[in-house]
Amino acid sequence: MELNQLTIHELQEKIKNGEASAVKITESVFQRIEAVEARVHSYIRLLKEEALAAAAKADEVIKKGEIKPLTGIPIALKDIVCTKGIPTTCGSHILHNFVPPYDATVVEKLRDAGAVFVGKANMDEFAMGSSTETSYFGPTRNPWDLERIPGGSSGGSATAVAADECIASIGSDTGGSIRQPAALCGVVGLKPTYGRVSRFGLIAFASSLDQIGPFTKDVEDCAIMMNVLAGYDPKESTSVPAEVPNYRQFIGRDIKGWKIGIPKEYFVKGIDPEVSAAVKKAITVIEKCGGKCVEISLPHTQYCLAVYYIIAPAEACSNLARYDGVKYGLRVSDSRDLLDMYKRTRMQGFGAEVKRRIMIGTYALSAGYYDAYYGKASQVRALIKRDFEAAWKKCDVILTPTTPTPAFKIGEKTDDPLQMYLSDIFTISTNLAGIPGISVPCGFTSAGLPIGVQFLAGHFEEGKLLQIASAYEKNADIEKRRPKL
Amino acid sequence: MKLSIQEVQYVARLARLEITDKETEKFTAQLNDILGYIDKLNELNTAGVEPMSHAIAVTNAFREDKIVESIGTEKSLSNAPDARGEFFRVPKVID
Repeated sequence: MELNQLTIHELQEKIKNGEASAVKITESVFQRIEAVEARVHSYIRLLKEEALAAAAKADEVIKKGEIKPLTGIPIALKDIVCTKGIPTTCGSHILHNFVPPYDATVVEKLRDAGAVFVGKANMDEFAMGSSTETSYFGPTRNPWDLERIPGGSSGGSATAVAADECIASIGSDTGGSIRQPAALCGVVGLKPTYGRVSRFGLIAFASSLDQIGPFTKDVEDCAIMMNVLAGYDPKESTSVPAEVPNYRQFIGRDIKGWKIGIPKEYFVKGIDPEVSAAVKKAITVIEKCGGKCVEISLPHTQYCLAVYYIIAPAEACSNLARYDGVKYGLRVSDSRDLLDMYKRTRMQGFGAEVKRRIMIGTYALSAGYYDAYYGKASQVRALIKRDFEAAWKKCDVILTPTTPTPAFKIGEKTDDPLQMYLSDIFTISTNLAGIPGISVPCGFTSAGLPIGVQFLAGHFEEGKLLQIASAYEKNADIEKRRPKL
Repeated sequence: MKLSIQEVQYVARLARLEITDKETEKFTAQLNDILGYIDKLNELNTAGVEPMSHAIAVTNAFREDKIVESIGTEKSLSNAPDARGEFFRVPKVID
């Protein structure tokens, strides 16, 4: 095995034993990038010089014996988190030249933990999309089949991990943007509880839904990343001052006696039969681990997507009002007046999907329609949250498929936004209710495409998710495969 | 059809977006599709349900009224397409 193929905890062992240096690990990652990046396109920007310099510094730290949780570990950052002095585009033309004057809190935390930043990962423009096809910088391809999408919006963060172009990465999840690409690329992806990870420096899409979380090669690495990312931040008014456990303690614990809720609404017509079979097999593995699976009902599941496509665009149209050609980013020249400059800058700067969502949101919030759309959606959102509150009385954790189908073909759904939105049908409820969710690989289709199983738990119960996910991972005996590139 | 072409043009004006005739046509069809789907919500009786705006009960996040380091004018203007002195410069607002 090459160094770039290993997990964080395997590399930490090698670093401690003197079998690997940070520079060697980083070089191995960039060798891989040189070999495959032209085909996969995980990154908008690579930071090779900076990474090698950071790795050299990490090696000095290692020599002194002051090893931190991520010392010398190459990490990719979704290009939605602000990096001081390094362009941060959010996958958009309108921010193509934006250089943040500060670091996001997660970037500070990762750097303080010793991480080496490999590059800024590709994404759907402003995180609006399920396929990474809406990026201004061109699509990312699924390393398991280059003609297929990697999922989205954090597609580049998922492929960078899946194709061993980094060791772990950071994504953001508003309606499934970490879990869906994790499932379609065969890696682990966690969306933490709303308020668990600071969003200071995360470019806002839908503020009542957005969360930052990790992509990793296994569940233990996910716990290691969460130990670094989680916690209260006085700079972020929605971050919650709740105690953060050591997440690594949950790895390897059994789940004997746990009740696992299987929501009947998630196993309906329209799921790909191979996905359904793999997830049903995952249920038998969980039972072998000592979990007791019980059927539950989340009766408002069928309304989640409709609620989401009011709430998210409404919040987005407000958040994206700031891109007006005045303070940063693109400005078109030769405008007649200020209004003309706004309109033409936004016309040129935003892609079709972003415009579409701004339009939906603006309409839903406009005079005369607010109650019918935003008001109604906010009420149904409360019912969706109540569904989960009732479910926790019957089970400890919920198990569902992460996605209804494996990765689809590039271009297949670009002209039909509604079909594209339906690929997030199993991940959206989590964000609406603010609960945490994790996607873990659970097998492959006969064509060799990865499939994911999703576990959900109550607010701030990421520990439970890591415990069941690690128990599942250990007992599932999923064939270890790597994409052939 | 819930939305006419004229309404789509009106919403685009509200959103400060200039859209072409071709985009207007495409958006009209797509927005009608999406809004048609969203109509599902009207199947539910939500009388008396308190609308939810945040997943976690958040209270106002106050901090002590202490001066802390800020980014400063120069850095704040560093990304501006057209900065002059301490100001963001914009095209004329009215004739």
